[in-house]
Amino acid sequence: MEHAFNKYHFSIPIFGQEIWVTDTLISFWIIAGVLIAVSLAVRLALPRFKAKPRGVQNVIETAVEMMGGMTEGSLPDKSGLDGWFFGVIAVLLLCNVSGMFGLRPPTADLSFTAAFAVTSFFLIHFMGITRAKRHYFKEYVTPNVVFLPIHLISEIAVPLSLSFRLFGNILGGFIIIELIYSMVPGFMRALTPVPFHFYFDMFASALQAYIFCILSMTFIKNKSVVEH
Amino acid sequence: MNLDPLAIVMGCSALGAGLAVLSGLGAGVGMGIASGKAAEAIGRQPEARGPVMTAMFMGLAMAETTALYGLLIAFLLLFANPFTGKMIELISK
Repeated sequence: MEHAFNKYHFSIPIFGQEIWVTDTLISFWIIAGVLIAVSLAVRLALPRFKAKPRGVQNVIETAVEMMGGMTEGSLPDKSGLDGWFFGVIAVLLLCNVSGMFGLRPPTADLSFTAAFAVTSFFLIHFMGITRAKRHYFKEYVTPNVVFLPIHLISEIAVPLSLSFRLFGNILGGFIIIELIYSMVPGFMRALTPVPFHFYFDMFASALQAYIFCILSMTFIKNKSVVEH
Repeated sequence: MNLDPLAIVMGCSALGAGLAVLSGLGAGVGMGIASGKAAEAIGRQPEARGPVMTAMFMGLAMAETTALYGLLIAFLLLFANPFTGKMIELISK
């Protein structure tokens, strides 16, 4: 059962604090390196893009267009958050799928998903305060002041459910796959886990990344758009 | 008959983990109903496929969360059991 734990390798002392380098951190460094390399390469190739796309340019334009279609109806107008959610979905997608490449998915660590959920939480309330202004505060005392604690609890539940959903899904899939690897005998290990990898590492992971972004965007829109 | 108290704690934790994942029952029924209704809606109005799918995924995510809370409790009991440590502490006293 040792695979359920985040293996600890060594620690780096920074400012008198010890930073523990775990499997999660190492696989996230690899993923971040890949993302930075890809984005730098795309940025350098950008001036050479033609009006008639071919090859890699097609792939990038499709990704950007898909993301545009996803954020268009879900975010409030002119929020400027499309780029942010493009980044979030790119990181989450790559992190969730990284189980395919033998890494421990960083999203199978609660602190990682909690960081994303807390950022979403702050975005939701920042957009609410700047966009809906006093309607934002009025929401908390509708229909009566008595409901204030209930509203507050439901606000706290948002980042909790966002982080636990992603964490639970990815950790569950990861543990099931590791169990299958430890269950099947050696000669069957090449083929048996393939459908499970396909379901847990590709389908469920991509779905969870998508759901995280869609839910964050919907909450942001709910808070920042005033109904008349 | 002499029962090891630690064995009882571990066995009950395993039973508890099994009971905790039963939360998947309700979530499964709920997700089935949601998907069925979404399919009905798309069948009645195929041009509203996009919004219906988005609403369905959001509903599915909400329903799935309840199942995941149970799953997390099960993981906690199996891999990071808070009771066995306390039991060992009590025994060693």
